[in-house]
Amino acid sequence: MTLLRIAFKSARFRRTSLLLTVVSIAISVTLLLGVDVVRKEAKGSFLNTISETDLIVGARSGPTNLLLYSVFHIGNATNNVTWDSYQEIAGRDEVAWTVPISLGDSHRGFRVMGTTEDYFDFYQYGNKQALSFDKGAAFDGVYDAVLGSDVARDLGYEIGDEVILSHGLVSVDFAAHDDKPFTVVGILDRTGTPVDRTLQVSLAGIEAIHIDYQGGTRSALTLDAEQALRFDLTPTSITAFMVGLENRAVTFRLQRDINDYAGEPLSAIIPGATLAEFWRSIATIEQVLFVLSGFVLVAGLLGMLTTILSTLNERRREIAVLRAIGARPTSVVLLIVLETLVVVTAGCALGVALLYGLLAVSKGLVARRFGVDLTLSWLDTTQGAILLAVVLGATIVSLIPGFIAYRRSIQDGLAIRL
Amino acid sequence: MSQPVVRLDDVTFRWPGQQTNTIDIEKLRLDAGEHLFVRGASGSGKTTLLNLLAGIHVPTTGQIHLLDKDLAALSPSRRDQFRADHIGVVFQQFNLLPYLSILENVTVACAFSSRKHDRASSAVDVKTSAQRLLRSLNLGDDLHSRPVAELSVGQQQRVAVARALIGSPEILIADEPTSALDADNRDRFLDLLFQEASAHGCTLIFVSHDPDLARRFDRKIELAHHDPQPEISL
Repeated sequence: MTLLRIAFKSARFRRTSLLLTVVSIAISVTLLLGVDVVRKEAKGSFLNTISETDLIVGARSGPTNLLLYSVFHIGNATNNVTWDSYQEIAGRDEVAWTVPISLGDSHRGFRVMGTTEDYFDFYQYGNKQALSFDKGAAFDGVYDAVLGSDVARDLGYEIGDEVILSHGLVSVDFAAHDDKPFTVVGILDRTGTPVDRTLQVSLAGIEAIHIDYQGGTRSALTLDAEQALRFDLTPTSITAFMVGLENRAVTFRLQRDINDYAGEPLSAIIPGATLAEFWRSIATIEQVLFVLSGFVLVAGLLGMLTTILSTLNERRREIAVLRAIGARPTSVVLLIVLETLVVVTAGCALGVALLYGLLAVSKGLVARRFGVDLTLSWLDTTQGAILLAVVLGATIVSLIPGFIAYRRSIQDGLAIRL
Repeated sequence: MSQPVVRLDDVTFRWPGQQTNTIDIEKLRLDAGEHLFVRGASGSGKTTLLNLLAGIHVPTTGQIHLLDKDLAALSPSRRDQFRADHIGVVFQQFNLLPYLSILENVTVACAFSSRKHDRASSAVDVKTSAQRLLRSLNLGDDLHSRPVAELSVGQQQRVAVARALIGSPEILIADEPTSALDADNRDRFLDLLFQEASAHGCTLIFVSHDPDLARRFDRKIELAHHDPQPEISL
């Protein structure tokens, strides 16, 4: 019979209190790993919102603001970009493609974005993935709409359904563009980006519904959908536009050019850089979460220490018996450290199992609510390091009762103290 | 000429910070197979003497030779190994590990000593040796796989004797092993203890506060505080 077997049998004998310790360690391990998973998934999903776009151009504003309203549809543009400036920049030799963005309307809580068909060809997200259609196709007519997958699912729309856009971002009756309904012609596949929560229509459509508006309110002269089509529906301004370049090397030069644009005050941002910068600014939150779950782990380890210390008194007899049959004081320490290792390893295993269980169960919910696709992957190096730190920390903590047992076993010797 | 198994010369032991010696034994010799009765009231240093003989503590002055080995000359871990190999110990009570079966409580003594393990498995395996010992101590096979808690105190003490004797150590130390037993059980326990100690050729050191037991031993010493005591005859 080896010391390991003795440690195992002794631990099994005291399983109720040790099992509680295992559970408390498991919970802290789940929390630590869970925070790490959510952090990574959120970061990945965030940084993958837009790719292959070299510049985003809008009216002069801070880079974060421009990024937030143009890509995430959060907040509002300070000003618009005139159609002429857009045309001038789009026509430059180094520019391969542009996608205009026109924001400002909504439909039942979802943002409406005016754009061109180029959007479906050039907008890319994640690892160079282009948009694809679940049903239907891109818009063709002025009153056609393409829905993001969340919009279609949440509102139960199918191809051919009519949608009525609202002026501004709140759904109120008086601001409805109810005289010019749009028809759903396409529904996009899920992307896990803000595209899922957006309705895409043509720039001409945006122009048509606003043709009888002046200064934000409806004029007395109203034009119906058919009449509006007879007008020139080229917009006078757009909110922002995305730029793809022929040659990436000129990105910084063009960015500088646009920032110094003579015609009107414009800002150009490099989306990847601004995304990363913005993520760094909110990274404090993840650090706070991490520190908090670290404290939970410390609490778990202290709970374990308490349990081991309280059993130490019951185990004085056991230790005296083991000493009598020749166990060294170091064997007694080893016995306690081994037991801790068994407990903490079981705790880690249970914690990892709990984490995967939770991820599997919440996968669907998280995807629906937050647009983040949780992937069930193997533990990566950070998570391995976390587990290792837990085991190592527990081993160090167990040296405290180990040391007490060591001193006692030398003092008590063969005396059985009760 | 064979050396005595136990040899104490001018042994004193004093706890740090104390004025008087807890143990003061001028001379003690025990030959192989001898049975010594050590009488001492509580607080007379019985436990200290046991710890000295088992090599847990070393004397402040003087020398303890067991099997011709000077214990103080060995490192603490060598003394632990010496105890594992050559000494069996029976306590007053709570001798057994509650998480092991009766049989495992006997064989566990071989876990820390390859010498005991080899000696117990020379003819048959360790398990069979343990079973034989338990049987000769009137513990039938039906008890061997039981948990400790199901045994009476007397039965538990006999399991402890089996654990102390497995692998045939030269020295058997018993610390008040009968104090928790009634008179009938005590006598039967002593009969078995003597019988098995003799069968294994053990030198027995039996510590008790009960002078009634002394008549059954051929050698006796008395421990008393502050007062060095030579061997006495009761």
